[in-house]
Formats: sequence, C-alpha cells, structure tokens
Amino acid sequence: MTKIGLEIHCQLTKLESKLFCPCKANYREYEPNTNICPICMGLPGTLPRLNQKAIEKATMIAMALNCSIPEKIAFFRKNYFYPDLPKNFQITQLNIYGDTSIGGSGMIMVGDKKIRITRIQLEEDPGRLIYEGSSSKNQITLVDYNRAGTPLVEIVTEPDFENPKQVREFLNILSDLLENLDVSDPGLEGAMRADANVSIEGGNKVEIKNIGSFHDLEKAVHFEITRQESLHSREIPIAQETRHWDDKRKITISSRSKEEELDYRYFLEGDIPWITVGQQIHEKLRLEMPESISSKRERYIKKYGITDQVADVLSSDKFYSDLFDKSLTEKNAKEIANIITTDLMGLVDTKEKRQLSKLESTHLIDIANAIQTGKITRISAKNALYEIVKSGKKLEQVISEMDLGNVSDENELTVIIEQVVQEEPQAVEQAKSNPQTINFLVGKVMQKTKGKADPKLTLDLLKKKIT
Amino acid sequence: MNLKISALDYVNEVKNGNISVEDFVFATIERIKKIDGSLHAFLEVNPQAVENARIIDKKIKSGTKVGDCFGMPISIKDNICIKDSKTTCASKMLENFIAPYDATVISKLKEQDAIFVGKTNLDEFAMGLTTEFSAYGPSRNPWNPDYVPGGSSGGSAVSVSAYECVASLGSDTGGSVRNPASFCSVVGFKPTYGLISRYGLISYANSIEQIGPIARTVRDTAFFLNILSGLDPNDNTTIDLGKQDFLEDIDSGIAGKKIGVIQEMIGEGIDPTVLSATKEAVSKLEGLGATCEDISIDMVKYSVASYYTITATEAGSNLARYDNLRYGYEFPVEGYEFNSYISKARTKFGPEVIRRMILGGFVPSSGQAGKYFLKALKVKSKLTKEVSEAFKKYDYLVAPTVPILPFKIGEKIDDPVALFLVDINTVIANLTGIPSISIPFSISNGLPIGIQLLAKHNDDKSLLQAARALETTVKLPEVPI
Repeated sequence: MTKIGLEIHCQLTKLESKLFCPCKANYREYEPNTNICPICMGLPGTLPRLNQKAIEKATMIAMALNCSIPEKIAFFRKNYFYPDLPKNFQITQLNIYGDTSIGGSGMIMVGDKKIRITRIQLEEDPGRLIYEGSSSKNQITLVDYNRAGTPLVEIVTEPDFENPKQVREFLNILSDLLENLDVSDPGLEGAMRADANVSIEGGNKVEIKNIGSFHDLEKAVHFEITRQESLHSREIPIAQETRHWDDKRKITISSRSKEEELDYRYFLEGDIPWITVGQQIHEKLRLEMPESISSKRERYIKKYGITDQVADVLSSDKFYSDLFDKSLTEKNAKEIANIITTDLMGLVDTKEKRQLSKLESTHLIDIANAIQTGKITRISAKNALYEIVKSGKKLEQVISEMDLGNVSDENELTVIIEQVVQEEPQAVEQAKSNPQTINFLVGKVMQKTKGKADPKLTLDLLKKKIT
Repeated sequence: MNLKISALDYVNEVKNGNISVEDFVFATIERIKKIDGSLHAFLEVNPQAVENARIIDKKIKSGTKVGDCFGMPISIKDNICIKDSKTTCASKMLENFIAPYDATVISKLKEQDAIFVGKTNLDEFAMGLTTEFSAYGPSRNPWNPDYVPGGSSGGSAVSVSAYECVASLGSDTGGSVRNPASFCSVVGFKPTYGLISRYGLISYANSIEQIGPIARTVRDTAFFLNILSGLDPNDNTTIDLGKQDFLEDIDSGIAGKKIGVIQEMIGEGIDPTVLSATKEAVSKLEGLGATCEDISIDMVKYSVASYYTITATEAGSNLARYDNLRYGYEFPVEGYEFNSYISKARTKFGPEVIRRMILGGFVPSSGQAGKYFLKALKVKSKLTKEVSEAFKKYDYLVAPTVPILPFKIGEKIDDPVALFLVDINTVIANLTGIPSISIPFSISNGLPIGIQLLAKHNDDKSLLQAARALETTVKLPEVPI
C-alpha cells in the first residue's frame, strides 16, 4: 500500500509583525533587506521578543485541527549553518523532551478518510537565497533577509494518505480552513510550502523537500509514486533518501547525502521562557475563533434552507461566506446565496479580481430586493452585478444608466409576444401539448427585450395567447 | 580632585556644587591616560566623555532636570552594546563591529545622565576568569600588576579598583563579575536571573548569565540596581518585582538571620589565608547578630562540570552567528563557497573560544547528549533543588568568592582544568539563578580576598542588606597605585 505523509509550512501572513521582532510579517512589498532590524538580523546582543499573537493564531490552527493543546509550550534551537539563517540556528519547537509543541495528536476528515495530525509547531522562517549567474564560474548567491523571522506554522501529518487525490483534497480543505481562520493567505507566493514522504508497498521511505506550492505538492507526490513503482517493477531497490523537487523540470532529484547527516544539536531556547497556554487561554481563543466551515455549512442548510451543494460552496470560501453573512436576512438568504453562487462566482474567482472588486454587501441586498419585488429580472441582475463589481455604482444608478428596468408594460409585451408567436409557429404548436416548450418561448421574449421582460407577466401573457 | 569617592558621594558632591562634572570626568580621563598603559583595563576610551560632561554641567546650571547619575563616569564591559561605538567582546572576530543600538542597561544609564568613559577589557566573549584570553592582551591587577585581575570582567573590576571610573557594568556567567571583584577588592553583584535586562549583552551562555554592577560599596550597588532593574519588553526573561527601592532599609542589619556556611566551598584545595578569612567573616556575621551553621550542598562537587557542559553548548549556538557575512572584520566573501568561507572566517576566534566551541559541538550532539549535556541539566536541576531546600532553613549562604588568591599572569593559562576549578564557588548562583554578591574582605600578602553572600530568588534587596552589614565591619588598605 502506498503511504504518504506531509509536512506543511504555512506562513501566518495575517499577523502584523514577525515572530520575534516588530518588522512586518508581510515582507513581500519591500525592497531586499529593508524589512529588517537588529533582532531579525541576529545582531550580537539581541534577543527574541515573542509575538504573543503568533502563539494565539497557531493555537487556533491546532484547535481547528482537533489537536490536543499542551499546558505549557517551549521553543528550541535547531543549530545549523546556512547563509539564509542570520543566527545560524532556527528557533523552532520539538517534542522529544515531552509534548511542548503548540499542538499534537489531531485529526481531520478528508471525505471518509481520517488523516491524523502528528504535531503542529511554530517556528521562524529563514531569509531567502537568490542565485544569479548561469555557469558555476560566475554564479553568485544573494541573500534577502526580509523574510527572516516570519512566523511559520509547521503541520505534520501521519503517513495516512494513500494517493495524490487524497493529498489534493486535504490541501484544499486545509487552505480553506487556514483562510477561514484568518491566519494566512494561502494564495500568496511562498506562503504555503511543503515536504512530503512517500513509500510504496515493499519500498523504503523517500522524503521530498522544497516543494514551493500546494499545486506542485500533488505533482511531486504523483511523480514520486510513479518513479518508485517503475523502479519496483524492474526489481531495483528503492533507496531511503531525501530528494529535492525541481520546480522547473517538475521532477524529484536525489540530494547529496551530506544534508541528511546534519546533527541539529537541539536544545531549549533559554531566551524565551515557557509559555502557559492553559485552559483559560484555550477558552478565550475558542470564543474568538471564527466559526468553522462545517458549522457555517450546517447553519446555512438548517436555518436558511439552502441546498447542500450551494452551502458547500459558500461555507468553504471565506470571501463568499463573509459576503453572504453580511448580506443575508431571513427573507433574502436563498436569493443572495443564488446570486453569489451563480452570477458572482465568475466575476471574482481569483485573488486579483477580488482585490479589484468594488462590490459591497449592500449591493447584494439591493439586488436581491429588486429581484424579489420584480423590479429587475435575474438576467438584468447579472448584468448589473457585472457593472457593480467593476464600478461600485449603486444599483439604482446602474439600472437607469443601463436601462435594465423590467418591461412590465402589458401592451409593450403583447406586441413582442405577437412577434415571437409569428416567428416560432412550430414551438407554439408544441407548447400547446408540452408545457416545457413554453419556457423556450419566454426565452425568445427575453432575447428581444434584452432580458428585461418581467418573467411572470410574460409567462401569463404567453399562456393566455397560446390557449 | 578626589577620584576615590563612591557613586553616592559623587552625586552629593555634584548636587552640592562642590565639584563640576567636567572637572571630575576630565580628571578621570587624565588618570586613565596616565595609568591604563600599565593596567590595560580599557579597550577604548570615549573621546566625547568630557564634551558630554560639559553638557550635563550646563543642564545643572540651567536648572533642567538632571538624571540620577549626574554625569558620573562609568565604564562598560566591551560585550555590552553602546550605539555607534565598537563592541568587540575582546575578539578579533568583532574587531570592526559597531553596535547600531543601545543595550537596555545603556539606555537606562543614558536616561539617568551617566557618562561612559570607555569600554573595558574581558576574556574573549567572556570566556575565562583571568582576562588573559582577551585578543587584545591581558589586564593587570592594580594591587600587583604581575597578577591577574580575575575575569572575565577583569577590565571593569580594574577600572573601578584603580579609580579610572566610579563604577562599571560587567556580566556574570559563572562568576565573571564576582571573581574579578574579589581579586581587585571591589563589590561585584550578580542579580537574580531576569532582574536586569540582557538585551544588548552579547550572549555567551544566555540561560544563566546576568549583567551586574561593579562598584566601590554595597550602597553604590543598590543605587545602580535601582536604575538597571525592571521588566524589559526586549528581554522576555526579565522578571517583574514591582517598584523596589534597593537603597531603602539597606542598613537594617542581619540580627536574627540564619546563615549557612557551604562546606564544599571551603574544602580541598582552598588557600589557608582564604579559609581563615572566611572563618573571620563567619564570626563577624555572628557578631552582627546572625546565626551561622555549616551546611553541605552535595551537588556543588558536580557544579563546575555541569557549568562547563551547559555553557559550552549554549556558546556553540550563541557564537554560531559570527560567520562574518553580515558584520565582523574585513574579509571579502567573493569566490568562496559558504562552508569554506565561514571555516576560514571563524579562525579569528581565539584559542579558549575555539576550545569551548569544539566542546559545545560535542557535548549536545546526538549520541553524546545523554552522557554529557542532559546529565549536566540533571545536575543543574538537582542543585537547584538542594539550594532551594537550603533556603528553607537559611536566609543567606556564605563562602569565599574564590577559594584561592589571585595568581600570576601566565601561571595557569596553559592549564584549563586548574582554571576551571577556580569557578567552583561562583557557578552555583548562575546555575540556580539566585543572587550573589562579592564584597572586599581581606588582604593577604598584598592580594585581595572577597567574601561571597548568596540569597534565594528575588531576595536581592535582602542580600544587599546582609552585604552592607558585613561591609561595615571591614576596613581595608587603599589600592597601592
């Protein structure tokens, strides 16, 4: 049986500052080496200054993944020399001297499959190395320390995955969960990174490091299984080793064995006293924690009678569920859900589009009202939505500017219906025996009115005309 | 100009208009120029000191509020960062390191209008107890320049003892404030771990070290604690003891107190004159109304081994950052692969640092940790238990600060094991985090002997009262320089 385990690194991008200093956690907008200070540069004499918010956010992740939370947590030093590491050690967590990481023994359901979470730990991200020059002769390495000290949560799973599809489903659930907790923006470049370990029946465990995105993680796992199976079928033994994911060629490559021999000489970080998380803080966080995706889903279904499928879509995307929760009333909930999941989705399906969108919850309320009172048709609503997302104008203004108001004048509609009846004799004939066909004729009327015909009135008039 | 006055007397003299800050600081700088060539307490003298003094005189004249130090000239151990000045740790590795920020203790002293006359010599990265391991040459004991001043804060103790400043800041990882204070006949204080912020102190063994004042009197020490202690957001290990006035009630004496005399610290290898001085101290303490009893702390005999294992481990990690990539000395990186560059760059460390780094790479490594590092931690926790048991019975513990007299420069430098044993009486305060003070007590053949008092966690104020009481019984000759 194939076994896959994951180590996910997730930056807490929604935090204001780094894990141990006041520099910005969101380093991405800075020129190289400008988001730094004596602390994150590890200058002589500086000490880590723990960001309490990071403890809280990481604990929330642990709670959302059903982990046990220890009474006291501690930090450790992982000692190794690397140019992206200003202190030449990383402050991280470790469970070898008792469970002192932020969370442990959790689990999450992926469909019917239970994925166990081994542990969750909080640590600092190193800086970034940038390699320049093509040949080995003129190659240089540049270091940007803007990222150094960014809060990073590592989520380690048991080897419970059996195939890449489960991995992908897990990653989707995890991304949604992290976004819903408002701790991280999984869409940001480099915010989510992963290592994986893969073994097939009868083979050794292989670690894959350096996978820069969730998208590539699935690919890397897939590649590795294929590679191992191909070796296995030729009766070549699968070596226990560490491999690197080659981002450009999309393959895994054996690493030099040197790295595996590193002895990190872990020991307690004395500059950060033990932190008591305790029942009280636990309870406080439970109250502060955003509503979970599953709880939202259940609420949408039970309270507002929304279908399972629509509730799934709404609850799993924080952008949609926030919008939905801000706009809904008992009366318009279904209408709002409908607008979001059918019309709005195509307009705001990427991060960039969401950032540019001018849509507010008040717009949605106005649109739902206008539909329910018969002021505009659903088709017009869709057109209006497109304009509102672009311009942020009020619905009233959009209706008048685009002339989207319903054609509900009986005389005007009768004239158009006459035309349709003449143009579609066959359909009219069929409609007499088959009521479904009448919808086709309504559609034709809509075409002629550019979607503005009052649908109910049109139907009534058509029925009258035909019978 | 009398440069021999205490810190508190200095403040009074300036307040009363008897002396000007400029005159005093100028005289201090002149004295440094005159005598420091032979003592080598200083690595660098602040060229702006007199200028700074003038500014404070102006403040005093104009009636502007002046900080509690009134321009007092203070020296600072060169492992504590002062913004825009060199902080070398007496190492070639940090030859050109200019600190871009102030240590918290420096900010606090600046707020109180202290003047920094210079940075003082130390064993490289504070690793040593003679100041002979400075990459810039040893400091000399003002009581006899052929002798070591102790260490690692040797320069600081020398500068106070030889009247090159009124007081100094040192750091104490295993006795580095108290040991040179004892050897130079000044007061050295190691506070409860966390009482004084370590932000800006260049770490050697961060889990046990503290910055501590070196001064002429116990009262001066209390004066500095009032300025230096307190919670610091930049050091998560600082403790909050509320607003304490360490000077208040300092003369309340020790009548009725119980004191334990640690037998393991006056046993084998102790110099007979140190032993008799200790006995004299015990009888003086009893004369002051305290009850003294012998006490045994079993773990003391393993404390030095534990201390060197823990400090080597932490040093190996704390000094790893000196790869010369971001700061350090002139050595271009181009053309090197990372590992070959840093192994070349790091050869600038001196022999003692290298010795401890090698040890620090070994004792916590996988396969060895159980035999060494983890065992050392066990000793530490057992010792802490024994010591806190002792404090259920006693208010203070007493022992000689160092079991032997100061020795000659060069005498023990090639025998690291013999040197390690000099630490036996001081390391327990660091391993257990308790406060400890060394006060001048006796002179034997022209060489000073200090007595050490220890108290339980957070009892720093009470410890100063006991030290003050003992201090009142002591009358010593002046340093012969």
